Parts: sequence; C-alpha cells; structure tokens
Amino acid sequence: MEVRVANVRKEFERFPALHDVSLDIKSGELIALLGPSGSGKTTLLRLIAGLERPTKGRIFFGEEDASQKSIQERNVGFVFQHYALFRHMTVADNIGFGLKVRHGPSRPSAQEIRRRASELLDLVQLSGLEKRYPAQLSGGQRQRVALARAMAIEPAVLLLDEPFGALDAQVRRELRRWLREIHDATGHTTVFVTHDQEEALELADRVVVMSQGSIEQVGTADEIYDTPNSPFVYGFIGESSALPVKVEDGQVWIADRPIGLSAPHAPQGEATLFFRPHDVELVEECNGCIAGTVAASRRVAGTRRVELEIGGERQRVEIELPVDHRAAQKSRVAFRPRRWKLFPTA
Amino acid sequence: MTTAPAKAGWRFRQPSVIPGFGLTLGFSLAYLTLIILIPLSGLIWRSAALGWADFWAIATDRRTINALEISFGTAFIAAMVNVVFGTIVAWVLVRYSFPGRRIVDAMVDLPFALPTAVAGIALTTLYAPNGWLGSLLAPLGIKVAYTPLGIIIALIFIGLPFVVRTVQPIMEEIDKEVEEVAATLGANRFQTIARVLLPGLAPAIVTGFALAFARGVGEYGSVIFIAGNLPYKSEIAPLLIVIRLEEYNYAAATAIAAIMLALSFVMLLVINLVQTWSRKRYG
Repeated sequence: MEVRVANVRKEFERFPALHDVSLDIKSGELIALLGPSGSGKTTLLRLIAGLERPTKGRIFFGEEDASQKSIQERNVGFVFQHYALFRHMTVADNIGFGLKVRHGPSRPSAQEIRRRASELLDLVQLSGLEKRYPAQLSGGQRQRVALARAMAIEPAVLLLDEPFGALDAQVRRELRRWLREIHDATGHTTVFVTHDQEEALELADRVVVMSQGSIEQVGTADEIYDTPNSPFVYGFIGESSALPVKVEDGQVWIADRPIGLSAPHAPQGEATLFFRPHDVELVEECNGCIAGTVAASRRVAGTRRVELEIGGERQRVEIELPVDHRAAQKSRVAFRPRRWKLFPTA
Repeated sequence: MTTAPAKAGWRFRQPSVIPGFGLTLGFSLAYLTLIILIPLSGLIWRSAALGWADFWAIATDRRTINALEISFGTAFIAAMVNVVFGTIVAWVLVRYSFPGRRIVDAMVDLPFALPTAVAGIALTTLYAPNGWLGSLLAPLGIKVAYTPLGIIIALIFIGLPFVVRTVQPIMEEIDKEVEEVAATLGANRFQTIARVLLPGLAPAIVTGFALAFARGVGEYGSVIFIAGNLPYKSEIAPLLIVIRLEEYNYAAATAIAAIMLALSFVMLLVINLVQTWSRKRYG
C-alpha cells in the first residue's frame, strides 16, 4: 500500500523531534530511513505505525487518512530491534497472536492459524521450530520469528526499527540478503530504520537520509552516493574530504592559487569543496592543482590512505592511492579531484 | 538449554573457578540448621513423645480441625483477594505518576512495620457493630468483627505488601515494546493485559500469593482481636496452640503445631514447584 507522510511535525514536550517532514512511499517499495542517532528516523517510523501521534500534519495509507485511526486499526507490522517476542508463548503462538486476537468472522480457525504459522516459519527458514520458546532461539532466529509474526497479519506496511542492530556482523549480512529475498517474494511495502549506511544502500530501493529532524535527501543508492545534495549527505554517506575554498571569476581558489577546477555557475565567495578520497587524479607538475605535504600514510585493505596538509592553514584532507604508487613515498603530493561538488559557506 | 536434563537439580553442578562454593554452602547449611531445623525438629520430637494414638485423637478433634480449616481457609481467601488488588496497586504505582505517589508507595509498607496487635485493635474498632464501618454494614446484615470475615479482613491488611512488593519490580521490568507490538498486531488493551502482560507476571504473582498466604496462616496478633475467638467458629489454629500452652498441655500444642507445619510445608513446596516449572518454560 502507498504511504504518504504530509507535513508532519512532532514535538516531545516542546522539544521538536521532526520538522515538517513529507515523504511519499510507493506501493511495494523497500525504503530505508538512514541517519545518525537523534535524526528523527525512529520517530518517523513510530508515527507511521501510530505508536506516536503527530503534533501537526497527516499520514495517509493509500487514500485513507491513517492519522485518525488507532494503532490496532492501522494494520501495520512492526519489528523492534530487540525482537519484543512474547516470552511465555511458543514460536507458533507468537506468530499466530495477531490472528488469534481478531474478533468475529475475520478470525481464522485454530487449525488455520497453525497452518499459517508453519507456512510463515517455512518462509523465514525456521521450519520445525513451532514448539520452541523464544529463550531457546538465537538472536537471528528470534528476529526471523518477529518478522514472521509481523507478516502474519498481512500488514498494509511492514515497519522495521533497526532490525539487525542487535546482531553480530556475519548474521547481519546474511539476514540483509534474506530480507531482500523475502521482500521480493512477498511484495510488502517496507520501511526500515538503520544507522548503517552500507545496509541502507545495499538493501533499499530508495534511501531517505535524515538529519536533525529533517529529510536531507531521498533517492536511490546511486543518486545518494553520486550526487549528494547537501554538505551533510556528502559527509555522512561514504568517505569524503572537505576543503574551504573561494570562488572567483568562475574558478576555484585555495588561498591565492587557482586549483584548476572551473565552476562557472557557482556563486562568488567562500565555499566548501567536497570530493571522494578515491576519486582523485595525481598530477606531476602542479599547474592548477591541490598540493600538500604528506602528514600520515596508512594502509587500509587494498589501498593506501594518505593524509595531506594543504596550504598555510594546514587543512588536512585524505586521498586514496594504489598501494604501490610511488607518490606515497614522496613528501609532497599534488592531485586534482575527478568528481567534486561545491557548497557555498553559509 | 534444550539438553539440560530435568534431574540436574539433584546433582552438584560443577562450581565455577571462583572460590567460595564449599565455604558458603557449609555456612548456609549450618545457619539453616541452627535457625530453622533445630527448633522445628524439637517441635516434631515433642509431639512425637505423645504417641500415635493420642496424636491422632488431637489431630482429628473437631475443634482442631475447625481451627485449621479457619486458618488455612481465611489465609487462602485473603491471599487471593490480595493477589487481585495488590497487583492493581502495583500497576498504579509502576505505571502512573500522580501527586503523592511516593506517599502511597510508602504507605504500602505500613502493615509490615505496624505492631500487628495495633492493626487488630484498629480494625476491630472500625468493624465492630458500633464502629464507623461496622455500623454502616450492620443494617445490611453483614457482620464483620467477631466472624471469619473479620479474620479475612485482618489477613488482607497484613498480606497486601507481600503481593505488591513482589510484583512491583517485575512489573517495572516489563518492556514497553512488548505492549506496543501487541497493539500493532491488533490486540486491544484488555487482550494485551490478559494474554501478554499477566502471563509474564504470573511467577511473581504466585510468589506474592505464597508469601501472603504463609504470613496469613501464621498470623496471630491482629487476628485474635477481630476474630472473637469462638471455638468451632472463629478460632484460628495459632490461638488454639496458645490456649493449649496456657493449659500446660504442651504435647497437644506441639501436635497442632506439627500439623500446621506439615500442611504449610507441603503447600509451599507445591507453590515452589509450580514456579520452577513456569520459570523453566518462560526463561
């Protein structure tokens, strides 16, 4: 089902957690809410679920205004970071809970509920564990049960709050791939919250980058990574280096030297230059380039990270070199970013 | 976890590398022997001196049986009442903040601290036919003081803190997320409480019940004032023991005490087993 968040604002005791947030989620989409802690991503998720009421604004499920509905009526599947399984119920009872509490004709028979539970257990690859109690399962298994329980009610949207946050790295990667498969198989509209950008970029159809209670950028992994639209997104997603520069006559300057980058449309004055450390070309003769003294050099996996001090202000930036590049031995390195972006200093 | 055999309780578990197992176990056994086992075995020993026929005669005496029935019956009813209302009190104290919450919280412990005789006299004054509450109930034909109903009320008063104080900490640990998940799955408030919260609290509620019940069975001070102490009607077993003692009939007193001891032990053991079972299941 489509979900539309329209101009939602949320305050906790006068403290604003979300400012005027709007977001359209397409039916069947897998969306990641990504941001540092305190960015409001979990608040947004809880607002969609109905676990919080917006201070202002509305949330639509399809054409219906869901903000008027109670949590129970919204029919959302919610999965918590710490599973929140019912400890005193078996796995099968946990999964069947949402069906068992229904009233009247919409409640399936006990036999049907059992059948659905074991069907869902097959889907989450835990066949045969119906009779176990949550205490007898590993963390990864518990999270699968929690997901199966959420899917049992055929939710309009599936909401996952840091679903893999409590699991170790290996299980995380495994479950990530598995969640993608489940999503492709079932087609539930899914929103998940994460602070792990690798998880967001790898798993989601679209990523919503949030910061300080606002949405910074919405886009596919490629759009977010290749064309960040704000200094925050550039800095938050992937590796980045930043340098204070000046724009004059359509050229980018550091101190009194042009660095060989032309920016005809950038506004005149102070600005910050962003680029990716791996997306640079080394130049021999510094004729319009960025040159710096090597301050530190580290080997990181398949590449070498070199930290340079630039100009009189000794601004430090990082660039990445091939391991065997001879520039790493030199005390001075000159380079020019291949792809870059300027943001005027506010 | 699944491989742990049920028999494990009867075997010594491998102690950890941290020293102290031998010393603490030895101390515990010596201490329990000194404080509990020796006095209680003295009791059994004294009543054993009575001989089987005499013991049986005292045990099956109508007055003894009635006193035991009254003691265990009223203690059971009072503990049940406390389970219901004590849980509600604990819920209010844990879940809501309101002006004076700390005062109410402290008030719960008063029955612990108050001399039980004071409680008994206060309740008697209130519920006597000419007391504040007694005079309101009398026209309705409800007699509280000097009846088993009075005993129940005294025992409710005495037992309340046991339930509240055992349930409260477990309630504080309830994860809010579990309730939220139940709500997103469509459960209304009543279903969430009945199917999710109460089963989680059950072990603590059973403990509270056991403590309140045990306390009620042994209670003496507050009850004798309000009970009226009519033999066969509102005479509790502890009072019968005291009466026998005052008659210098030590054997009869110890015999009744031994029966009480055996009954209490069996009931507490059963409650304990129920708890172990539920703990094992729900982890």
